[in-house]
Amino acid sequence: MTTETMEAPAVAVPTATPPHPLREFWGYFSANHGAVAGLVIIVAVVLVALLAPVIAPHDPNLTNTAIALQPPFWQAGGSISYPLGTDPIGRDILSRLIYGAQLSLLIGIAVVTLSIVIGTVLGLVAGFFRGLTEIFIMRLMDIVLTLPSLLLAIVIVAVLGPGLMNAMLAVALVILPHYVRLARAAVITETSKDYVMAARVSGAGTTRLMFKEVLPNCTAPLIVQASLGISTAILDAAALGFLGLGAQPPSPEWGTMLADAREFVLRAWWVVTFPGLAILVTVLAFNLLGDGLRDALDPKLKR
Amino acid sequence: MLRFIFTRVSLIIPTFIGITLLAFFLIRLVPGDPIETLAGERGIDPARHEQLRKEYGFDQPILVQYGIYLSRVLQGDLGKSMITQEPVLNEFSSLFPATIELALCAILFALIIGLPAGIIAAIRRNSIFDHGVMGVSLAGYSMPIFWWGLILILLFSVQFDLTPVSGRIDVLYYIEPITGFLLIDTLLSDEVDAFWSAVQHLILPTIVLGTVPLAVIARMTRSAMLEVLGEDYIRTAKAKGLSRFRIVALHALRNALIPVVTVIGLQIGVLFTGAILTETIFSWPGVGKWLIDAIFRRDYPVLQGGALLLGVVVMSVNLLVDLAYGLINPRIRHTR
Repeated sequence: MTTETMEAPAVAVPTATPPHPLREFWGYFSANHGAVAGLVIIVAVVLVALLAPVIAPHDPNLTNTAIALQPPFWQAGGSISYPLGTDPIGRDILSRLIYGAQLSLLIGIAVVTLSIVIGTVLGLVAGFFRGLTEIFIMRLMDIVLTLPSLLLAIVIVAVLGPGLMNAMLAVALVILPHYVRLARAAVITETSKDYVMAARVSGAGTTRLMFKEVLPNCTAPLIVQASLGISTAILDAAALGFLGLGAQPPSPEWGTMLADAREFVLRAWWVVTFPGLAILVTVLAFNLLGDGLRDALDPKLKR
Repeated sequence: MLRFIFTRVSLIIPTFIGITLLAFFLIRLVPGDPIETLAGERGIDPARHEQLRKEYGFDQPILVQYGIYLSRVLQGDLGKSMITQEPVLNEFSSLFPATIELALCAILFALIIGLPAGIIAAIRRNSIFDHGVMGVSLAGYSMPIFWWGLILILLFSVQFDLTPVSGRIDVLYYIEPITGFLLIDTLLSDEVDAFWSAVQHLILPTIVLGTVPLAVIARMTRSAMLEVLGEDYIRTAKAKGLSRFRIVALHALRNALIPVVTVIGLQIGVLFTGAILTETIFSWPGVGKWLIDAIFRRDYPVLQGGALLLGVVVMSVNLLVDLAYGLINPRIRHTR
């Protein structure tokens, strides 16, 4: 309580240069335990997906009717070589879940990438050109938003035919309006700022203004929405798989696994419990990450 | 106010055109000949084919075809189901009450639990209760409800034998549809046993369909309450010596509810999406299951008409929510 504590503040004197933006971001982000937990789970899922051929104990598609519907290892009749049990045609559930992680991540990333690229371009165009172009694009997006998302996805898949590829396209279209709206709103705020005027005066063309000047300054909301979008994409694609409209059997997609196992729910709890749990945990992780990113990147909440 | 209503109502015209365009092109985008798509897999003889081609106007330019389709839709003619030969509109209106009944119960369930949970979480900020509510609602928000339904069946129907697994009411009972809502019809026809059977059948689907709205409402109520509780007028009310209950119930809640009402309105679309999955799991005879069945039977008229009708319903609900919101909150109707 005397001289020692008096000296302590000297260390905390603000440094002359502000901290690197990434460092500052990490400071805010790591203070949010939920977000860090989400990140840890996502890293784990990514590792599982990448190392699937190494860590999966069995071939995910290898059937063996002799061991059909074996319970998990801690229940009577289960064995440690099939830790989470087997499905109705004797495939190892754990191995299928591990390979399913590849599919779910692929779905999430591919859908959001497609959506974000098209959405950003449409949003930039709407925000820059205004007038009729803007009205047309935004009304179109409003219509997409009006329809219940899964209904629209179902209709699209019904037309294109069931399958993972078509399901991904449908989900990408369904989440598109969020990115268009975000990009347009950001563009409209940014274009009124001086640096855009400065760039314009120094002769920058519209394309350069759009992609080089404005876009980098509206990435924050897009990143947040991307993380939340991945969770929506995984969830919706799994729902389509569950309805029989997404990935088709024998694909180890988690939603499709649930659909396959549905009729055995009364006899074997493990065949439905684990795939759903995998979906829930992964989706939860991306939502936690998205919330954390928003808190860390949103300047309104800072300080 | 009139001006606000007028602009808001006129905004639905492009949306309506968009939905009809979507439904119109749906049939034409299915690979193959649209007449054969509409007629089903059994095929039809060439003379009938030609007749249908004329009737539906497939020999006309695409814009004229759309005009014909639109005028049919506006007259309530959405075509006939290929399987049952029933008009799509009739099938929809006989199944829709089941969906509405389920959706209303689900939103009530979400409100009865979500509102108090959000309010208490906000009052006791950072307490264990608050963290619990936020954690549970985040899980609810991330819930694959098609799995949630199966797990609840596993727990309540299989393990404890408390609730039925599927359907709307026990097959023992036949209730003449009066309103279409079984909870009301059973009471109107004085069948108390049937009423309880209907209630039991409703419990699990209601929980499953209500989970996501519950999570969203709890989160939204909490954050709206937190914002309001920090306002000056709350401090004034405290300074006046009002009781805690009075402050929360009368001063804070009323203002916190405005964003919550909007969120509830936005959940309507989510509810219909969820209804498709919930009805499929519980074999609930509503429009969601009807649509999914139509896909697998390749009953395209049903798919086309059903999607259009559901789209129109959601559009109308959104419109009503917006109008109600404009009534409650004058700031909305005076901007722009």
